[in-house]
Amino acid sequence: MMDVAIEFRDVVKLFVSLDGRKQTVLDHVSFTIPVGKTTVIAGGSGQGKSVTLKLVLGLMRADEGKIFVNGKDITDIGGRELEDLRTGFGVLFQGSALFDSMTVFENVALPLRERTKKTEEEIKKQVIETLTQLELAGHEDKYPAQLSGGMQKRVGLARALQLNPEMMLFDEPTTGLDPVMTQEIYHLFARTQALVGYTSVIVSHDIPKVLNLADHVIILNDGKADVFESPEEIQWSGKEHIREFVKTTMGQIYQSHLMEK
Amino acid sequence: MKKNTLEMIVGLFMVAGFLAFGYLALRLGEVSFLTRGSTYTINAQFNNVSGVKQGAAVQVAGVVVGEVVKMWLGEKGYAHLALRIDNSLKVPIDSIASVKSQGIIGDKFIQLSLGGDEKVFANGGTIRDTESALDIESIISKFAFGSAK
Amino acid sequence: MQQNPINKLGNTGLYVLEDLGRMGLYLHKALRGACRRPFRFTELIRQIHFIGASSSAVIFFTALSTGMVLGLQGYYSLQKFGAEGMLGSAVSLTLILELGPVLTALMVAGRAGSAMCAELGIMRISEQIDALDCMAIDPFRYLISPKFLATLISVPLLTAIFDVVGIAGGYIVGVNLKGVNPGSFIEGMQTSVTNHDIRLGLIKSFVFALLVVWICTGRGFFVRVIRGAGFGAESVSRVTTQAVVLSSISVLIFDYLLTAVLL
Repeated sequence: MMDVAIEFRDVVKLFVSLDGRKQTVLDHVSFTIPVGKTTVIAGGSGQGKSVTLKLVLGLMRADEGKIFVNGKDITDIGGRELEDLRTGFGVLFQGSALFDSMTVFENVALPLRERTKKTEEEIKKQVIETLTQLELAGHEDKYPAQLSGGMQKRVGLARALQLNPEMMLFDEPTTGLDPVMTQEIYHLFARTQALVGYTSVIVSHDIPKVLNLADHVIILNDGKADVFESPEEIQWSGKEHIREFVKTTMGQIYQSHLMEK
Repeated sequence: MKKNTLEMIVGLFMVAGFLAFGYLALRLGEVSFLTRGSTYTINAQFNNVSGVKQGAAVQVAGVVVGEVVKMWLGEKGYAHLALRIDNSLKVPIDSIASVKSQGIIGDKFIQLSLGGDEKVFANGGTIRDTESALDIESIISKFAFGSAK
Repeated sequence: MQQNPINKLGNTGLYVLEDLGRMGLYLHKALRGACRRPFRFTELIRQIHFIGASSSAVIFFTALSTGMVLGLQGYYSLQKFGAEGMLGSAVSLTLILELGPVLTALMVAGRAGSAMCAELGIMRISEQIDALDCMAIDPFRYLISPKFLATLISVPLLTAIFDVVGIAGGYIVGVNLKGVNPGSFIEGMQTSVTNHDIRLGLIKSFVFALLVVWICTGRGFFVRVIRGAGFGAESVSRVTTQAVVLSSISVLIFDYLLTAVLL
């Protein structure tokens, strides 16, 4: 029996477009995400991957159903409780979401300055240590716009790690990176996870590569979730829409693998 | 150093703003908090105070000595004005108050013509010897319709 | 789904209602954020520098030219009645009651309001605001409340500067160029301007400051959910335009309302 970090129970999320049309993004979705492992949430674009992350973070509210984090119902919490919940998460956003008016150092130091009572000296020590681990030493005084996409991701990761999160959420971590950089980032994720031991949730459409990292896979399609205990299980799935999904996404993957070589 | 210049500029801006505000408040507004306690109020009863506004000046021989602080309609349809007057000015009880205007369309003000009596008005006294506002419309209409000879 | 006109009207009405409610809650959170610890004093200074101090030059020139034009126009109008002596009172009352607060607010909306809106809009679409939320840093306390406070401090001060510079402009034209008696200019000004007028001007500039910072930052903050804004960089440019237009219009509307209620 594995410990459960996040559980979705019959979650429904609707979007009402501006002209009044309803669109069901998540239709009675249930799944669990185990502690200490890497879970990949995959699916085509517009299938509710980012919505899932936002629900976990309390940036959006579910229309029906319950969401549990560490066994605690977070569906309707707000204020202090929500702040406490978020303190346990580290998030790496799609576009890194670095504050572009601040230097790398200030970006990484921000959560420490705002959320802890550490002295400026302790903060400096910790930030430099993390930056060195992520091979960013010497770039402290640069602004995010002066960095490459891969470096920005690493700064984002450094910032997310500052408060020692139990869980790291990655939203499309490799968007806009070239294949080599993508590999490098995934290696980095694996390394830091081994080091820190957090539960990792990766949302990605970058199926083939990200599956190397995955312990658990959740595929979102047409508002439904299919859960697989291991990446291999996907290929053996008898379900028609999964086979279709594998064919379209994996097909591309094999092609891109060939092209890389 | 960079931070210091920032603070300097903000400081300069705030000082300039407060100075400007101070100028408006002290030079243009009435400086009531500076003069409070050194004034007293007497009332004046007029037939007509058309055009006089609250805050209008009270003058003696062209010198501003106070202002109109309140106006209301009293018994029998008389207009009453409360005049706040500088403590240093004593108003004899045979003084005359009249409504005058600065130029033909200028602001209305209250002119006090001081009398010679030895008794003076105390705080709250009422001047009954008054000259009301000149009614420009009626004068013009007299000219216009030829009743003025 | 087919949309009939009544349906459309209802939807628009609901949207407007929702938008108003959203902006109301936003105002509440922004004001509450100003009371939260830790207070970001350096950020407040930085914002006053940007909104107030850096606007001084444009306010100075606008005020000077407005005052000079008022002086010239007023002179020609008053001269017809032989009432040039009233120039001081005409110029100063116009500036203190109307043009000072209104033009200052419009300049600040155009200069600082648009910039604040674009800044927050970009922070929103690049997920920087979500990132703050996820780090459990209140974006209101951290980002928005300092802008509110800075605007509420800066705009009345800028208005006072505008009034004084404008009066000086009127004085230069009236007295130095047109030969109005300096004594009657100053005297007219001092007798006709009352504390009540100055208070009214001050109240106006506070209200306008609140309107400008509220609408401009709010539009940027909600760039994702504003109808017709579209997506990405274009949405930011659209809401910025919308913010400046909306805040300018509301300044003008509230100018009339405040004058009607308070004068």
